[in-house]
Amino acid sequence: MARAVTNNRKALNTAIAWTIGLLIFFPILWTILTSFKTEAQAISDPPVFLFFDWTLENYSVVQERSNYMRFLWNSVVIAGGSTILGLIIAVPAAWSMAFVPSKRTKDILLWMLSTKMLPAVGVLYPIYLIFIKMGILDTRTGLVIVMMLINLPIIVWMLYTYFREIPGEILEASRMDGASLKEEIIYILTPMAVPGIASTMLLNFILAWNEAFWTLNLTAAKAAPLTAFIASYSSPEGLFYAKLSAASTMAIAPILILGWFSQKQLVRGLTFGAVK
Amino acid sequence: MGHIQLKQVKKSFGDVTVIPPLDLEINDGEFVVFVGPSGCGKSTLLRLIAGLEDTTAGNIEIDGKDATGLPPAKRGLAMVFQSYALYPHMSVRKNIAFPMKMAGMPKEEQDKRIAAAAKALNLTDYLDRRPGQLSGGQRQRVAIGRAIVREPAAFLFDEPLSNLDAALRVGMRMEISELHTKLATTMIYVTHDQVEAMTMADKIVVLQAGVIEQVGSPLELYRAPRNKFVAGFIGSPKMNLIEGAEAAKHNAHTIGIRPEHIDVSTTEGLWQGTVGVAEHLGSDTFMHIHGVPGCDPLTVRAGGEVGVKHGDTVWLTPNLTHLHKFDAQGLRIE
Repeated sequence: MARAVTNNRKALNTAIAWTIGLLIFFPILWTILTSFKTEAQAISDPPVFLFFDWTLENYSVVQERSNYMRFLWNSVVIAGGSTILGLIIAVPAAWSMAFVPSKRTKDILLWMLSTKMLPAVGVLYPIYLIFIKMGILDTRTGLVIVMMLINLPIIVWMLYTYFREIPGEILEASRMDGASLKEEIIYILTPMAVPGIASTMLLNFILAWNEAFWTLNLTAAKAAPLTAFIASYSSPEGLFYAKLSAASTMAIAPILILGWFSQKQLVRGLTFGAVK
Repeated sequence: MGHIQLKQVKKSFGDVTVIPPLDLEINDGEFVVFVGPSGCGKSTLLRLIAGLEDTTAGNIEIDGKDATGLPPAKRGLAMVFQSYALYPHMSVRKNIAFPMKMAGMPKEEQDKRIAAAAKALNLTDYLDRRPGQLSGGQRQRVAIGRAIVREPAAFLFDEPLSNLDAALRVGMRMEISELHTKLATTMIYVTHDQVEAMTMADKIVVLQAGVIEQVGSPLELYRAPRNKFVAGFIGSPKMNLIEGAEAAKHNAHTIGIRPEHIDVSTTEGLWQGTVGVAEHLGSDTFMHIHGVPGCDPLTVRAGGEVGVKHGDTVWLTPNLTHLHKFDAQGLRIE
């Protein structure tokens, strides 16, 4: 909706938006800044903001102490694998609910979402035991499965909303034009749903990348992703803020870059249903 | 060929029957218009013929063969939707080619037909654009192009002009009529606009609540509406329906007289009334007259430049050769 906004009002809105934006971004900025400080400066009181002796020492220490690439690879496999597996299951599910709904479709959707309301710790014990029994504790396979299950309701919901946006008449037109169900899906539905599928993938990837509870509890050494890599720097030996920050920066860098490049796609996807 | 026959076709959604069993025959090459108020079941009937909805009971035959259980693609019909339903991610060329691609037609034949359709519909310069870059009228023509390349047994139109502005609508109306003359293919056209029905149809099917009220040529419906509903629906402005003493004089429960069949005079006549709103269209003037017993307001059509205005007293005389009489059930009395 277009509304007449005075210049003063516009300036105020801009200021508020920047303030909120900076507040949200500040923790990340502070982490990045801290990673370039010495341990002493990192905990100095009053805190130093920009004028300190910039150093790369933390990064070299972190590199020496742990194998960053191995954690990174685990993160990529777990986030990527769970996203792809989730999509394979969620696309047909969302499709059938969006285009061939039954009386219970709404209930099923709500039920799926309700599984997200259960605190994760409530099912940690049974899942841990199942993992031991199946011999998949501290494996990437196990983590891919758990991550997929955790995010599946969100993927299905998002895809369902996107598919609902596709006008039924277009699908009917393709049926009139002689397309089989398979052809309808390949030539009409999928190309039209690409923005929605892409932003669902991206969001799911980010969620899986940053997820810490399950990755910390179900991995030890072999399958540990970057979240475990960060956690290893808040160890009983004491807190090393600068090194912890360096590790965190290294852990979030890939996802930050991915998010930065795909932000246009992500915003478009997330507001797809809201703005027409 | 495009002969379509509906035999006792019925449609229910759950417990709600939207179309009680009905019979209808559509001959090859006919331009048939389904017309009726919103919710009368005209679109549902079209979708039953298209195969987009399953019939609850009855049979649909296309060219003598039972098509009741056939999927839409196997019926050999093409449909133009109200929203045009173009594929937004494909160019105009690919949109038009889609049904032929699905049918596995050789590429050269496809190109030939696309070129011919584009030429006929003035789309040649737009073949490589996406639907989003076209105007409403152009999109409509793409939708028609996509339908004609298949050379279907019949075309189905579902309120195809309702998204266009008034001027464009008149133009497209003529284009579709011309297309029908040129192709001589059966066309079934759904609309709620009786002007479209009158101007385009060979045969009009008037529907109300899923029931066929009357089938006939536009002039048959205009001259001899079978009941009060058809009388009121066909013709613009609407027929005046007068009840009470005036109707009793003609041994009827209701009498109907069209606005164009009433003479207006400022000096003498059968009924006296006061001019309410007068709509000056230039060619005609439509006046709403108050004070005539049994019908308020009464609409009359007068010449373009009559000098009456709001509040004037006028006398009206109906032309009795064009008087319609209806009984208490609303059925026509001859």
